[in-house]
Amino acid sequence: MALGSTLRDLFRDYRFVVAFIVLLFLVALAVISAFSPYDPTIWYYAPRDLKPSSQHILGTDSRGQDIFWQAAFAIRNSLIISIVAGLFSRLIAVAVGLVAGYQGGRTDRVLMFITDGFLVIPLFLILVMLAMLIRDKMNVFTTGLLLAVFGWAWDARVLRSQVLSLREREFTKTAILSGTPTLELVFKEYMPYITPLAFSTLINNMSWAIGMEMTLSIIGLTNMDIPTLGTNLKWALNYQAILMRRWNWILTPVVLSVLLFIALYWLSVSISEYLDPRTRVQRVGGE
Amino acid sequence: MFWRDYLIPRLLQYFLVIFLGITIVFFIPRLAPTNPVERTIAEVRSRGQYLDPAHIKDMVDALTEMYGLSGSWWEQYKDFWVRLSRGDFGVSFFQFPTPVIELIKRALPWTVGLLFTTTVLSWLFGNIVGGMAGYAHSRGWSKLLDFLAMFVRPIPYYVVALGLLILFGYVYRLFPIGGGATIGVRPSWTLAYIKDVLRHAFLPALSMVLLGGASWFQTSKLIVQNVKAEDFVQYAQLGGIRESRIMFRYIIRNAMLPQVTNLALSLGQILSGALITEIVFSYPGLGHLLYSAITTGDYNLIMGIISLSIVAITTLVLIVDLLYPLFDPRIRYK
Amino acid sequence: MKPSDVVLRTENLKAHYVLDVPGGQKVVRAVDGVELQIRRNEIYGIAGESGCGKSTLMKTLYAWVNRPLRLVEGSVFYSKDGQEFDVYALNKQELRRLRWTFMAYVPQGAMSIFNPVIKIKETYRDFLSSHLRGKTVEEMFEMAKEHIEQLGLPVSILEAYPHQLSGGMRQRVAIALAALLRPSVIFADEPTTALDVVVQRGVVQLLKDIQERLHNTIILVTHDMGIHANVTDRLCIMYAGRIIEEAATVEIFKNPLHPYTQFLINSLPQFGDTGERVSAPGQPPSLANLPSGCAFHPRCPQAMPICRERRPEDTKLGEHRVACWLHAERGEAEYAANS
Ligand SMILES: Nc1ncnc2c1ncn2[C@@H]1O[C@H](COP(=O)(O)OP(=O)(O)O)[C@@H](O)[C@H]1O
Ligand SMILES: [Mg+2]
Repeated sequence: MALGSTLRDLFRDYRFVVAFIVLLFLVALAVISAFSPYDPTIWYYAPRDLKPSSQHILGTDSRGQDIFWQAAFAIRNSLIISIVAGLFSRLIAVAVGLVAGYQGGRTDRVLMFITDGFLVIPLFLILVMLAMLIRDKMNVFTTGLLLAVFGWAWDARVLRSQVLSLREREFTKTAILSGTPTLELVFKEYMPYITPLAFSTLINNMSWAIGMEMTLSIIGLTNMDIPTLGTNLKWALNYQAILMRRWNWILTPVVLSVLLFIALYWLSVSISEYLDPRTRVQRVGGE
Repeated sequence: MFWRDYLIPRLLQYFLVIFLGITIVFFIPRLAPTNPVERTIAEVRSRGQYLDPAHIKDMVDALTEMYGLSGSWWEQYKDFWVRLSRGDFGVSFFQFPTPVIELIKRALPWTVGLLFTTTVLSWLFGNIVGGMAGYAHSRGWSKLLDFLAMFVRPIPYYVVALGLLILFGYVYRLFPIGGGATIGVRPSWTLAYIKDVLRHAFLPALSMVLLGGASWFQTSKLIVQNVKAEDFVQYAQLGGIRESRIMFRYIIRNAMLPQVTNLALSLGQILSGALITEIVFSYPGLGHLLYSAITTGDYNLIMGIISLSIVAITTLVLIVDLLYPLFDPRIRYK
Repeated sequence: MKPSDVVLRTENLKAHYVLDVPGGQKVVRAVDGVELQIRRNEIYGIAGESGCGKSTLMKTLYAWVNRPLRLVEGSVFYSKDGQEFDVYALNKQELRRLRWTFMAYVPQGAMSIFNPVIKIKETYRDFLSSHLRGKTVEEMFEMAKEHIEQLGLPVSILEAYPHQLSGGMRQRVAIALAALLRPSVIFADEPTTALDVVVQRGVVQLLKDIQERLHNTIILVTHDMGIHANVTDRLCIMYAGRIIEEAATVEIFKNPLHPYTQFLINSLPQFGDTGERVSAPGQPPSLANLPSGCAFHPRCPQAMPICRERRPEDTKLGEHRVACWLHAERGEAEYAANS
């Protein structure tokens, strides 16, 4: 599968194109947050509750902060959280999936028992407890890690069944017979199959992580000093933005997150449909 | 053997998951750097209340007792299970001295009512419409629904909830913006009261049915599309079996099976969705109660709600799993 | 052959898989100009390597053409009650009523053709109730029981779920079901493949029994020449979507004309034969990209320059026909001598 032709095929799918453009726009927004004239942790650097104007494109909020620049920071931090969560949970999922699928036997049973446990327990509640206790110490990175611990189980199962089917293939038997070291076999022969799958689950998982961060924020379980899509929304809710009809304030994180979720979802659907037309719709993320 | 291969492992898993879940719930607060007692006192202080040192000592003792934090961890742990089995989670801190179980009992009907109705509705609705769309997947309406679902599906509960709330609660004031019933009205089995409750439940329920329905729709459409291509359906068509018979006995009957399993798997997610929806709509159920507990640092209440929810959800999943063999003879007769 | 003997006849039948691929269409010419005449009261065999279009031909004859398969050209005529009709001219309802009462089908890979969540007797009932009027459920179960007993299968299978039956039993049930409404034509696609030899014998016997009982036509596809030798009355050999040779089975085994047929017969294990079995060298061609001229020429040891350029037409030698340049002249000479 040459990368060029893969991309060409993907770009034939309108969903991929739309998702790609939207994501590009959001990433650009995240990048320009580096050039923000304001420090997002400082309050009242601008007059409060301004309507959109040329000075403040989206107006300002009741904390005297510029809504546009806060949103740029929020997108950046939410993306970082989701990438940290996504990558670390992929590490766990790939490791568990590979070991369980490859070793089989008792190892497989034990690992799958744990994995199923993670699928059956209402993880969200446990996540709530954990978040409650460490919320003040949380930063972007630790939030990502915390979510990673909870978001791997489903994908570990998916990857395991892929490995199981690879094991049955001829090349595995040949490789084992010819004495290829396990690690070499796994990395050389399996990775080309595992990587695309892990990638498509990565996108789903990122989307789940962003949503989970927002959920935790709404319940009030994240560090409110760090601007994320979740905390932006939470501040707006705290200041009764709906009641005051401050649509520019409340709708900014809502619209941005809707764009982000739809873009990530379309991207993943389009990729997984490309990988395997039969498993067209996937479950989103962890729990 | 059905017993050995299906039932026993499933039951074993059930008890182990509950055991582990509750154990985790027990240990998390105890492993945390600050214990709940210190936190509660800090909380009280931060509200600007002055506490004299002698009083603090008394309070620490009282809180330690109240949170079940006296004695060794092992004693506390045993005690935790004993109390759990009796449904005793201590008293609430933010509505002192109401027992936690009392608060949960009050909130439970709201959550169960909302969750049960919306889950059943969206499962049925999503599966029926999705099944029809999968059966006629080349038709225009099927493609249109599929396209719409692509927008609704990825959006989280609270965004949909907020959207509906803003649209129908504030912009068009068609529905109440929160609560389970109009404040001050006595609960009764009168038509007026039931109508009032339904009006309050409408937006939260709608947001859950929309999201749940979209997701069931998509999965069901995909499954039906795939079942339609299965050999046994092709064979029935090739054999000239009547179309209605193929639709119900061959396609829907088989497509239902994975959806039963999926229902079990999604229950946890549905619960967290329901909690969030309740928070957005200030709906007086468990989610809202949990929210108040978190904002006031009410540990007993939090642990009570979470422990009970873990038991409830795992039991529900078990029930669905145990019902599954009724629909699938391949598991019943191994 | 008297026209009244013919139950099924095709004219230049072409059915292709038309696939959308990035940047255009790919056409798999699975059935590419087939001429057939199949008689009443015979077992007609179709042989050929896997992938040569046997199953596609069967589906096309049965008028079971679904995307991406398309009928490109030609027609299929059946004669029923002395009337000949084009099966592709029928509407959906007429076609549905024809199925199982006039023609029935045993699909390839019968392992998964039964609805896994209903008992075998329910499948029987679905077939009966869809094609017969005014029968109660009990009557239908009773009919199913009688039918199963007549064919010598254990009655207990009616109460079983498909997964409880062995592969061989499932295959036999599929064949029994095809005979249920005494159809004039039964199509059986690879009914013995993937079964072990002992089970194969049972399946073959069942087919023969049914044919003897109903005096109907059975069209049997298998790539196993041994089975053809044992079962079929007449046999055709298919290669790359076309029929390259056809004759009475005995004649084909005695006097194979096409080099490909010779390979197929020589590859059969023979009693007391210890020598190397020769199968055709090389790979079957891709039906999406056929060689020029005779499709077999790249693998043919006797290929001549003309084979590369022009496709051989059928040469008729009495009841034996072959499409090969080696025999074209002979046929013409015989034709000249006869007329
Ligand atoms: N659904 C399909 N779509 C595309 N190509 C197909 C399909 N089914 C069969 N083919 C192709 O048509 C050719 C003939 O297949 P088939 O009729 O199944 O051969 P046989 O039964 O002789 O093994 C093969 O090359 C096969 O790849
Ligand atoms: Mg075939």
